[in-house]
Amino acid sequence: MKYILRRIFFYAITAWAAITINFILPRLIPGDPVQSLLNRFKGQISDEAAQSLYVLFGLDTSKSLWDQYIEYWGQLFRGDLGLSFTFFPTPVSEVIGQSLPWTVVLVGVSTVIGFILGTVAGVLAGWRRGGWAERLIPVTSFFSSIPYFWLALLMIAIFAVNLGWFPDSGGYDIFTDPGWNWPFIASAIYHGILPALTIVISSFAGWMLGMRNMMVTVTNEDYVVVAHAKGLDERQVNFAYAARNAILPSVSGFALSLGFIVGGSLLTEMVFSYPGIGFVMFQAVQAKDYPLMQGVFLVITFAVLVANLIADMAYVFLDPRTRSEV
Amino acid sequence: MTDIASETDVLLQADPRDQDRAAQKRHSPIAGFWRTPKSRVGLIILAFFVLLAIFGPLLAPYDPNALSDDLLQPPSWDHLFGTTQTGQDVFSQFMVGARSVMVVGTIAGLVATVISVIVGINAALFPGIADELLSALANVFLVIPALPLIILIAGFIPSGGGWITVALVISVTAWAWGSRVIRAQTLSLRNRDFVQAARATGKSTWSLITVEILPNLVPIIAGSLVGTINFAILSQVSLSFIGIGSSNDWNWGTILFWAQGQQALAQGAWWWFIPPGLAIAVLGMGLTLITLGIDEFVNPKLRPGGLDKKALKRAGVRSRVGYTAVLLEEEPS
Amino acid sequence: MTQQHIGEPVLEIRNLSVSYGMGDSEVKALDDVTLTLRRGEVLGLAGESGSGKSTLVYGATRLLSPPGVVTSGSVLYHPADGSAAVDILRVDDRELRRLRWSEIAMVFQGSMNSLSPVFKVERQLIDVIAKHQPHTTRRQRVVRARELLTMVGIPQDRLSAYPHQLSGGMRQRIMIAMAMALQPDVVIMDEPTTALDVVMQRQILQEILRLRSEVNFSVIFITHDVSLLIELADRIAIMYAGRIVEEGASHEVYRNPQHPYTYGLLNSFPSLHGERKAVVGIPGSPPDLQRMPSGCPFNPRCRWAFEDCTEVMPPLEVSGQAPREGHLVACHLHRTSGALPVELTPRREVPTR
Repeated sequence: MKYILRRIFFYAITAWAAITINFILPRLIPGDPVQSLLNRFKGQISDEAAQSLYVLFGLDTSKSLWDQYIEYWGQLFRGDLGLSFTFFPTPVSEVIGQSLPWTVVLVGVSTVIGFILGTVAGVLAGWRRGGWAERLIPVTSFFSSIPYFWLALLMIAIFAVNLGWFPDSGGYDIFTDPGWNWPFIASAIYHGILPALTIVISSFAGWMLGMRNMMVTVTNEDYVVVAHAKGLDERQVNFAYAARNAILPSVSGFALSLGFIVGGSLLTEMVFSYPGIGFVMFQAVQAKDYPLMQGVFLVITFAVLVANLIADMAYVFLDPRTRSEV
Repeated sequence: MTDIASETDVLLQADPRDQDRAAQKRHSPIAGFWRTPKSRVGLIILAFFVLLAIFGPLLAPYDPNALSDDLLQPPSWDHLFGTTQTGQDVFSQFMVGARSVMVVGTIAGLVATVISVIVGINAALFPGIADELLSALANVFLVIPALPLIILIAGFIPSGGGWITVALVISVTAWAWGSRVIRAQTLSLRNRDFVQAARATGKSTWSLITVEILPNLVPIIAGSLVGTINFAILSQVSLSFIGIGSSNDWNWGTILFWAQGQQALAQGAWWWFIPPGLAIAVLGMGLTLITLGIDEFVNPKLRPGGLDKKALKRAGVRSRVGYTAVLLEEEPS
Repeated sequence: MTQQHIGEPVLEIRNLSVSYGMGDSEVKALDDVTLTLRRGEVLGLAGESGSGKSTLVYGATRLLSPPGVVTSGSVLYHPADGSAAVDILRVDDRELRRLRWSEIAMVFQGSMNSLSPVFKVERQLIDVIAKHQPHTTRRQRVVRARELLTMVGIPQDRLSAYPHQLSGGMRQRIMIAMAMALQPDVVIMDEPTTALDVVMQRQILQEILRLRSEVNFSVIFITHDVSLLIELADRIAIMYAGRIVEEGASHEVYRNPQHPYTYGLLNSFPSLHGERKAVVGIPGSPPDLQRMPSGCPFNPRCRWAFEDCTEVMPPLEVSGQAPREGHLVACHLHRTSGALPVELTPRREVPTR
């Protein structure tokens, strides 16, 4: 329990850091982006909207930096991330709200699949040193060296353009009605397969290599030899004794891997024009839509923190040593 | 039981009292590193790209920005990698871009590694508040997803921030991992006898670091450097692909940015997007192989073998934990 | 002191050779070792680190990790019911698994590492019962697990504990209890007391003796501390550089050591009783198995070494100079016709059992 509390405390600090970075960045660039926006949309912005933008960008020079900081926090707590420049006048929170579920599903499912496949492959590779699984490693390393976005391009080129098996962009067939109906869900799944495959292939090697290295280390531990001495099946020893212990670093290292996967997923979405938060980020960057960029960054970071917390809880469940504080 | 492990280790370590120079050379770490097929392939790949970076712009037949009338041509002797939608020569762009990729990657990698070494060593040698703060800082940067952060920072920079800016932005996030690894290694070194001895004789911290600790950290630092360069190259290329980052240099990500923007895929212009991406992948793989080679060097257990595979194969036995291989001269009864 | 009736051989290790690595980097860890364990006997195996004592038993049970390879020999196990002997080295995996633990069990050092840190004690005691006696119900197995804990004097509530919650002494007892689970014929104990303090050591040893009288199994007891074996073992074998250099009844070996190494070992321990004398120790260090001296591996450290010692490896046999029944030694001093050093000459008759 103490372990979880410490982790939560750490995540709180990280969240604070992310928010603070968000606060500082716009104040570092020269020029006044808000002013140009105001000029562009003269008359269409309400006073409160303009005010919130000023708070976001710290252009209210009458207030001290500290006061601006406090105000910024206040705004965040009210869920106000400002107005998007590109989708003006839609609030950032709304833009994000629409695209976030797509990303969560895509990245969530792909990560889980990649983790499971990679871990199992790693167990097999570590179990039979020099077997077929281990020979897979150079191939999978190659695939993980491929930048996510290039792999996505390749996938499109091969499977969408050439073979025509899958659609080359979008999250769903625009001729279906978004909502809880089967045609929509089916087309969503259909459109999601290539992006998901991209993410799985890219992340697979990392999980596999990590697991295999850990298996090699663990298989040399005494308790594995003891398990063999007890006459247990090889399969039982490798999964219940070896793998069960070897998986711990993968879970505790999940944080690092997830950060990388999320980054790659953003790129994948961009290539596929998949209506998730990555694509939104892409558009925001193209248009210098600062509020949107900041909002996306914050939301992504928070999502990653939550995912990490879940991984931590899984770790506590898996490793009894964390439960009793010695 | 630990007796077994220590017996094996005792038996297989090279005798430190080995006076035979030839034998010493055979056992030397660099020789071992070179001999690993993984590292050798990786180093060759890296060398190739370094040469490409140095000589690339000299060998480019055309000005990468120059337009021409050969629109979207497949590869030919005139244009080895074909042309773009606007008649630019892809091969020239590729050759010129190599330098940008290598330079930015290396600078970012170096800066990040220097930071991680400083942070890591200080955190380990000055426990207490300093360690807590530095470690917390590193962990924060590790957990915050790197690419979104890099995109965010780069996005705020007025467009056309040169490649040095890009390199620095990347190093902001890239140092964290290395610092953790170095801190862990320094911690274990700190408690070793020779460091305690040096401390006891009153050596200054500075000389302690340079003489006792740094030499022992070299493999770890090397591994961290290579890994960071890998990450930096990938990040730089990704940034250019999105359209941020230095837009006036032709790094491979930029080529892909234009390829994507001009619908190269839909038009089947494979020559436009395959070479740059392939180059990134091969370079990345080369760097990964070197990292793996260093990993194996640092952790001998990961090395394949210890047992002569051919000899075992001939004897028809497989070696597994829990089922020691038994060489049979004749058929089992 | 054992009161068991010592009978027929139960485990015969014949001409066992083990190497680490193969080809260029091959290191011979065990060279043509022959050793027999009889039913009801406690056989002590003593030697320094790297002497090959652990390699011997792990090689014999095929538990040696890669890069260890058994290069020759056979290990015959004679089942209690009198059925045909089985060569452990040549039996198939399935049969090997069947034999393991139910007939031949090991007590490993009770270090933090011998038990999987993520499983409760109960699970690790029970899974072996489930494997070998699949017809038992879960409740029966739990009952047995409780019995085992009681046997070694551990409170039953410890069943739901994790290894990191137990003390070293407790972990060692659990390893012993685990070995008893299927009532094996042969129990091999690998330095079970090395990691413990002297008081705990004594307790564990007494525990082992008590269990022996209750359950009746044969023991191979490995240690680097010869003094432990003198009371505990019926026979002692001394190993050096991958060979057995001396073997005999424990009191015989203790009173009348015939090999210079054994003599050195026995005189390395200051005695609590008797007159004070200079502790000798053995100069030098164990040989690097990758570069063994020619002839007898002990010759560089032996104060009585002579020509033959650097040329020919002495075989393990009864002393030619001072033959004692059942006492074998591998030393050229006992094969020549010259006078034996006084230290290696038998002093007095040892009471036979």
